[in-house]
Amino acid sequence: MLDFFLLNVTNLLIFVLVLPLIGTFLLLFIPSSNHSLLKSVALNVSCLLYVVSLFLWVFFNKSIGSFQFVSKLLWIPFLNFNFSLGVDGISLFFILLTTLLIFLCILISWTSVKSNIKEFLIAFLVMEFFLIGVFSILDLLLFYIFFESVLIPMYLIVGVWGSRERKIRAAYFFFLYTLLGSVLMLLSILYIYYQVGTTDYEVLLTFVFSTTEQKFLWLSFFGSFATKVPMVPVHLWLPEAHVEAPTAGSVILAGVLLKLGTYGFLRFSFPLFPEASLFFAPIVYLLSIVGIVYTSFTAIRQTDFKRIIAYTSVAHMNLVMVGLFSFNAVGLEGAILQSLSHGFVASALFLIIGIVYERHHTRMVKYYGGLVHTMPLYTFIFLFFTMSNIGLPGTGSFVGEFLILAGSFKTNTSATFISATGMIIGGCYSLWLFNRISYGNLKIQYLKDYIDINKREAFTFLPLIVGTLVIGLYPEVFLNSMHMSVNMLVEITHICKL
Amino acid sequence: MYLLLVFLPLIGSCCAGLFGRKLGPYGASCVTVTCLLITFFLSLFAFYEVSLLGCCVYIKFIPWINSELLNVDWGFLFDSLTVVMCCVVTFVSSIVHLYSTEYMAHDPHLPRFMSYLSLFTFFMLILVTADNFIQMFVGWEGVGLCSYLLINFWFTRIQANKAAIKAMVLNRIGDFGLVIGILIIFVEYKAVDYATVFAVTPILTNKVFSFLSFDFDLTSIICFFLFIGAVGKSAQLGLHTWLPDAMEGPTPVSALIHAATMVTAGVFLIARTSPLFEYTSSVLSLVTVVGACTAFFAATVGLLQNDLKRVIAYSTCSQLGYMVFACGLSNYSVGVFHLVNHAFFKALLFLGAGSIIHAVADEQDMRKMGGLKKLVPFTYSMMVIGSLALIGFPFLTGFYSKDVILEVAYGKYTLEGHFSYILGTMGAFLTAFYSTRLVYLTFLCRPNGYKPVICKAYDSSYQICISLFLLVVPSVLIGFYAKDMIIGFGSDFWGNAMFTTTENMNRIDSEFITHIFKILPVILSLLGATLSFLLYSFGSRLLVQLKLSVLGKKIYHFFNKKWFFDKVYNEQIGQFFFTISYTITYKVIDRGIIEIFGPMGLSSIITKKASYIAKMQTGYLYHYTFLILTGLTLILGLRQFWVFAGSLADFKIFILFFMLSFFLVNKKT
Repeated sequence: MLDFFLLNVTNLLIFVLVLPLIGTFLLLFIPSSNHSLLKSVALNVSCLLYVVSLFLWVFFNKSIGSFQFVSKLLWIPFLNFNFSLGVDGISLFFILLTTLLIFLCILISWTSVKSNIKEFLIAFLVMEFFLIGVFSILDLLLFYIFFESVLIPMYLIVGVWGSRERKIRAAYFFFLYTLLGSVLMLLSILYIYYQVGTTDYEVLLTFVFSTTEQKFLWLSFFGSFATKVPMVPVHLWLPEAHVEAPTAGSVILAGVLLKLGTYGFLRFSFPLFPEASLFFAPIVYLLSIVGIVYTSFTAIRQTDFKRIIAYTSVAHMNLVMVGLFSFNAVGLEGAILQSLSHGFVASALFLIIGIVYERHHTRMVKYYGGLVHTMPLYTFIFLFFTMSNIGLPGTGSFVGEFLILAGSFKTNTSATFISATGMIIGGCYSLWLFNRISYGNLKIQYLKDYIDINKREAFTFLPLIVGTLVIGLYPEVFLNSMHMSVNMLVEITHICKL
Repeated sequence: MYLLLVFLPLIGSCCAGLFGRKLGPYGASCVTVTCLLITFFLSLFAFYEVSLLGCCVYIKFIPWINSELLNVDWGFLFDSLTVVMCCVVTFVSSIVHLYSTEYMAHDPHLPRFMSYLSLFTFFMLILVTADNFIQMFVGWEGVGLCSYLLINFWFTRIQANKAAIKAMVLNRIGDFGLVIGILIIFVEYKAVDYATVFAVTPILTNKVFSFLSFDFDLTSIICFFLFIGAVGKSAQLGLHTWLPDAMEGPTPVSALIHAATMVTAGVFLIARTSPLFEYTSSVLSLVTVVGACTAFFAATVGLLQNDLKRVIAYSTCSQLGYMVFACGLSNYSVGVFHLVNHAFFKALLFLGAGSIIHAVADEQDMRKMGGLKKLVPFTYSMMVIGSLALIGFPFLTGFYSKDVILEVAYGKYTLEGHFSYILGTMGAFLTAFYSTRLVYLTFLCRPNGYKPVICKAYDSSYQICISLFLLVVPSVLIGFYAKDMIIGFGSDFWGNAMFTTTENMNRIDSEFITHIFKILPVILSLLGATLSFLLYSFGSRLLVQLKLSVLGKKIYHFFNKKWFFDKVYNEQIGQFFFTISYTITYKVIDRGIIEIFGPMGLSSIITKKASYIAKMQTGYLYHYTFLILTGLTLILGLRQFWVFAGSLADFKIFILFFMLSFFLVNKKT
C-alpha cells in the first residue's frame, strides 16, 4: 500500500485529502480525557500532512499550466457528478498555506483551549479536510458543497470556544452572512448544470456562456465570494467573528477562509465568465477602493486589539481584489502572492494577540503598554509582523502589494492611486498599535504575568517569519510555479478583450 | 569586495542584535565598530577604484521579482555618486559607532543600539548602491524603519514614541509619492532599472501620460512624485515637521541619521535621477522654490529655538533646502558637494552637542547652559569650528559649497534662480546669527545652569574626543581639497553618474556675475555672526525689550512655535481624519447604516413579524375555522377574479399586495 502511494505520484493529492479524515478517525477512538495523546495525535497528523503537501510542490511540474495530480472518482455517474481532483499553480499554494496554518493552530492552542479538546481538534482536522477539498476539487457542485461545509466547523469553533457571551451572535453573523451570500450561487450552479450537462470544471472551461448569462451567473457567484473576501457592504461579519473567535479560529479565518473568496474569483468567475468579469470590473474596483480607505480609517480609532487587525485584513484583502481585477499577469501574481503573505502576516498577528490574551485575558489596547520590558522577544516578533503588515520592503507584503499596484496601475491609475493611500493610513494605525502595546511604561496595575514567549510559541512563529522573508526577498520560488497557470488565466480574459 | 562593503554592516548588526546578550556590551561594540571600520576602508578603496580610476562596477546579484514585464534583480551599481555617498556614510557611521560606545556606555541596551546603527548603515548602503528603483526603495524604507527604531530607542519616553510615529508616518506620505513615481516609471518604461530608464528618457520627453484622468507630461509627473518622496525624506517644507521632533532620539542617532545620512537621501534621489529631472523644467522650478523656501523657513525657526539639538535640527533642515535648490538649479554636483561637506560639519555639531549634553547632566535647554567655555574647552573648540564651517566662514568647508550654490543661483538669471538667491542669502545671514547665538548661549555667556551641574561639567573621555577630532579634520579641509575635483571646471569626476543638459548648465555664467553678489553671502554671514555676538553680549536688555513688545511677542511666538505647522497638522488635519474615522466611518457607516440595513434591521424585522404571526396561533378553534374559511373564500374568489380579469392585470401584483400587507399591518400595531 505504502509503495503504491510513493510510486504513484498522482495519488498524492488524494492522500493529502484523506489524511485529515484518517486523523479524525483516530481521534474518535481516543478517550477524551487523555489530553496529551489527543493533542499529539492531532499535531502529528497535521505535521505529517504539511510535509506530504510539501511533496506536492516538489513533484509539481512548473512548466505546465494545466491541472496536475488529476484523479477522478465516480460519484453519481449517471448524473455526471464526479469527484475530480487536481491542483495547478494557483491552488497549490493555498493548499500549502492551509496545511501549514492548521498545524500552527493546533500548536498554538496547546494550552489555551481547556474544554472539549477532542472536539476542538476534530473540528480543525475536519476543517482542514474541507479546505483542502475546496482548493483541489475540480467540480463545481462539489466545490460548492465543500465551500459551504467549511462553515460548519468554523461556526462551532467560534460558537463553542469563543471568548465571550457575544460569541453566539458572532457565530450567527458569520454563518448567515456567508450562507446568504451563496444561496444564489447554488441556483446558478444548477443553471449551469442544466445548461452544460455537467459540472466538471475542465469541461466547463470549454463552454462559452452568452454574455447575458455570464452577467447573471457572475453576479450570483459574486455574492458568495464577495462575502468571503469580504467586500464592503458585507464585511460586517468579519470583525465580529474575529473578535469572538479563539486564537486558532482567527488564524484560520484570516489565513485561509478569506482566501476562499479570492480563490473563487480566480478559479471560477474569471475563466468561466470572462466577459462578465471585465464588465463588472469597475464596480469591483469601486467597492475595493472604498473598502481599503474606509476600513483603514475605521481601524485607526478601534480600541480592541483584534478588531484593528480584523479591519486591516479587510483592507488587505480588498487590495488583493484590486490586483485580481487588473487582468494582467503582474496584478494576478501579485494578488496571489499578497494572499499568501497576508495568510502569513495576518495569522501571525492573530497569534501575537492570542499570546497576550492567554496571559492577560483582555484585548483592550488601553490595558497594555510597555510589553518590551518583560517580553522583548515577543516585541521583536510583533515588530517584524507590524512592519510586514504595512508592507516594508523585504517582507512578503511589499512584493505582493507592489505587484498588485503595478498591475492595476496599467488598467486604472485612479483606483491604484486611492488604494495606495492605504499605505499611509495603514502605517498610522499599525505603528500606533505597536507603540501602544510594546512601548511606554509597563502598566503593572493591569499586567501581572511577565513571561516572554516560550519555545513552543517561538516555534509557531518561525515558519511564518521564514515564509514572509522568503516571499519578500526571493519570491521567485513561488512565482516560478504560478507563472504558467496565471498566464493561462490571463490568456482567457485577453481573448475576450479582443 | 563590493558586496562585502554592503553586507558587512548587516553582519555586524546581526551579531550585535541576535547575540548581544552573549557578546555583552563590549563585545557587541567591538564587532560593530570593527565591521564598520572595515566597511569604511573598503569604501575608500572603492572610491579610489571607481571615482579616481574611473571604472564603474556593476554587480548583478540574483533575480528578485520576475513577473511578466516586471523584472527586478538584486543588483549593485557603484559609480562616482555611489562611492562618494558610501564614503560619507561609512565614515560618519564609523565615527558615530565609536562615539556611541562611549556616549551610550551606561545604557543597558547598548548592543541593541549598536545593532540598530549598523542595520541603518546597511540599509543606507543598499539605498545608495541599488541599481534599480525598487531596490533603492528597499533601502529607502529600511532607513525609515531604523530611524523609527532609533528615535524610539528610549522607549519609555512618550515624546520619543510620538516623534517616532510622526517620523514614520510623515515619511510614508513621501514614500507613497515615491511608489507612485516608480509605478509610473514601470508602466511607461516597462523597466525599473536606472540604466534603461535613463537611457530611454530623452525619447520619451513630451509624451503625455494620463494620470487620474488628467493628461500630464510624462517626465514631469514622474519627477513630481519622485520629488514628493524626496520632500518626505529630506524634510523639505510641508513634510519637515518630523525632523525636529526626531531629536528625541539619542544624540548619536541625530548625528548619523538626522543630519549626515538619511535625510540627505532625498537629495541623493534627485541627483541620482538627474537624467529624468533634466527634462522637466517645471518640476525643476518647483524643486528650486521648495528648497529655497525650506532653507529660509528653517533658518528663521532655528533663530528662536531654545533646545540645543532643535537649533541644529532646524539648521540641518535649512541646509537640506540649500542642497535641494542647488539640485533644482541643475547643479547636482554642487548639491552633492554640499551634502558631503554638510555631513561632516553637521555630524561634528551634533556629536559636540552630545558631548555638551553629557557634560551638563543631560540638559538640552540652552538657556540653562552658558559659561562652558572654560569647563569643556575641547568640545568648545570643536563646536566653534563646526559652527564656523556651517556659517560658511571663508576657507572652511561650508564656504566652498554654500557660496557656489548661491553663485549658481544668481547666475541662473531666472525668476526662481533669483528667488532662491535672495532667500538663500537671507538664510545665510540667519544661519550665522543662530549659530553664533548657539555658541554664545552655550559657552560664552554667564553660567545659567544649576551650580552642582556646572561644577560637575567635564570634557568627555577619549573616544568622544577622538570622534570629534576625526570629524573636525574634514570639516576644515575637505572643502578646500575636494573642490576642484568635485565641482571644478571640466572635472570628469562624476562620469555618467549625474547628467545636466547643456541648456541647464550655468557654471560658467555664475563665474561672471557681479562681484558684489558673489561676496554678499559671505558679508552677510559675517555680519550676522557679529550682530548676534554683539546683541547677545551687550544688547541683552534690548533683546528682552524687543521680545516683550507687542509685535515682538507675536513674532517670537510665531518663530518659536515653528510657524504653527505642527499646530495645523495636529489640530486641523490629524484631528479631522480622526474624527472622520470615528464618527463617520465607524459610527455612521459601520455601526450605523450597514448595521441597520444588515443584521440588526433584519433581525428586528424578523422578530417583530414572527411575534405578529405567532399571535395568530391563538389556540381557539373558531379563530382557525374563521381563517380557513376566509382564506378559502379569498383564494376561490381570486381564482374567479383571475378568470375574469387575468388578461388585464399581471398576477405578480398579488405578490406585491402580499408584501405590502406586512407593512400595513405593522403600522397598526
